[in-house]
Amino acid sequence: MTVASKPTSLHHRSSYWTVARRDSLAGFLFIAPQLIGIIIFVLIPLGLVFWYSLHEWNVLANTFTYTGSANYQMLLEDPNLPAVLGATAIFSVGLVVFNLSLALLLALLLNQKLTGISIFRTLFFSPVVVSLVAWTIVWGFLLQKNGGINGMLLSVGIEGPNWLREPVTAMISVIVVQVFKNVGLNMILFLAALQGVPKELYEAARIDGAPRFKQFRRITLPLISPTIMLTSIITIVGSLQVFAQIAVLTQGGPGVTTTVLVYYLYQQAFQFHFFGYGSTLSIMLFAVVAVLTFAQWQMRKRIVFYES
Amino acid sequence: MKADLSPRTKMFLYGLMCVLLIPFVFPTWWMVTSSVKPISDIFAFPPQLVPQTYDWTTYSKVFELQPFVTQYWNSAYIAALVTAGTMLVSSMAGYAFARIRFPFADAIFMVVLLGLLIPSEVTIVPLFQMFLKAGMVNTHWPLVLVPIFGAPSVFATFVMRQFFISLPVELEEAARVDGLGRFKIFTRIALPLAKPALASVAIFTFLHSWNLYLEPVVFLSSADKFTLPQALTQYTDAYGGPMWNIQLAAATLTALPVLIIFIIAQKQFVEGLAHTGLKG
Repeated sequence: MTVASKPTSLHHRSSYWTVARRDSLAGFLFIAPQLIGIIIFVLIPLGLVFWYSLHEWNVLANTFTYTGSANYQMLLEDPNLPAVLGATAIFSVGLVVFNLSLALLLALLLNQKLTGISIFRTLFFSPVVVSLVAWTIVWGFLLQKNGGINGMLLSVGIEGPNWLREPVTAMISVIVVQVFKNVGLNMILFLAALQGVPKELYEAARIDGAPRFKQFRRITLPLISPTIMLTSIITIVGSLQVFAQIAVLTQGGPGVTTTVLVYYLYQQAFQFHFFGYGSTLSIMLFAVVAVLTFAQWQMRKRIVFYES
Repeated sequence: MKADLSPRTKMFLYGLMCVLLIPFVFPTWWMVTSSVKPISDIFAFPPQLVPQTYDWTTYSKVFELQPFVTQYWNSAYIAALVTAGTMLVSSMAGYAFARIRFPFADAIFMVVLLGLLIPSEVTIVPLFQMFLKAGMVNTHWPLVLVPIFGAPSVFATFVMRQFFISLPVELEEAARVDGLGRFKIFTRIALPLAKPALASVAIFTFLHSWNLYLEPVVFLSSADKFTLPQALTQYTDAYGGPMWNIQLAAATLTALPVLIIFIIAQKQFVEGLAHTGLKG
């Protein structure tokens, strides 16, 4: 745009700044904060984390040397890695299965016509708004060897285990604590989906004499499949980010039985100051998230009955 | 319509729900009641479901051992800033992606969506180094800037976009004929209509910031900078073991206000989030 003499510049201005051009400018301005933010806080760090992963970074000696694939070699030879990946897989699978089935069960219950049902809905949802670390601390307190849960078990004559200090029960504990904290979210999403299923379909099925279980399998499940897809993606990706619960409840122990990938990454980078190796683990976490999301995206075509 | 349930089925369903409620409700009850028990009673056998004697000194210790008021303020103002900032950034970007035609819009949208694929845990190491270089470690800047502009706000942008797509476009077209520019259409017409979506964005953004744990642990190192989740775990004895009654008292002070607000406004909460899910 040229700024020549005044009248022509005004003329130019109006002819250059057509509605479409002004809209383009507005569009860029509207997305600018988000786009610049993504570049600075996501894309550049993603590039950097890959760059770091190719280096040996000694914080104390303040050296940063290119080592090529040495960190990846180290990753493959890391004696802890199988256990860490195993813990991550068990945690994620356990969490998703338990979370989704409990969420669906609760949603089906809350979808019944019962007086006072909204009070139950509120109570089942309430842990979602309780501060995560507060919730985790109470459960940690309850799960102590002489804590509330074992106290109650003992009153009925059962001697409970030291929940957080034995491999199997520690893993179950971190899964269960996380599920009760957040299952309310998926429950609400399922409830909304259930309420969206046209009632006439059940009516028709009943006239045809279809038993309740069959109605559930043939009508309910297919019609809420987009929600099942959505919640499973959110829950799986969320399960890979779990950190606070592990840090507060078990610190990854006993041994490395509850050391999930994010916690291992944190330990390597911020406790042992292996920033190069920590970055390699970050790349691996990224790869896991990307592969899982992509796989689910592909599976959606086979599983999801229709697109909402 | 479903047939009305028989009284026996109703009793069974109520009973089942009451049993299922225990792990959802009991921990909060146990947190509040244990926080006012004297230290000698908190591991008493048999467990005291209702405190037999009360000891309120725990609550004064919460404030003596750490700058708890400052920490409370830190969490509150960070969450408020992040919530307001995210609402602004995501509603603008969401609106543009839904409504405005500009070059490379689809490509840019795909780039932004990458944020959903990259949890902030993946980039925590370089983010720490970047903020270290900028002299912002042990300040609240990382906890404010990254959520508003980085990966966590992408989900909010996505929710806003889906909402604006579902709005009828005729209202805005009428305004354009009347000569309103994009910015005014956005602030005067689209944004006021977007209140339900903004409310759900506000709720999940607030909860996300309020619960943030990894980032404060990585970025903050002095007690007066700590946020609540981090502060709660710092009430430990000389051996690093948790001082349970004090942790529980601090946890109660952290959890109860949000819980009370939730119970008052639960309808908006639950429906707002359900709405998000349906659209998302």
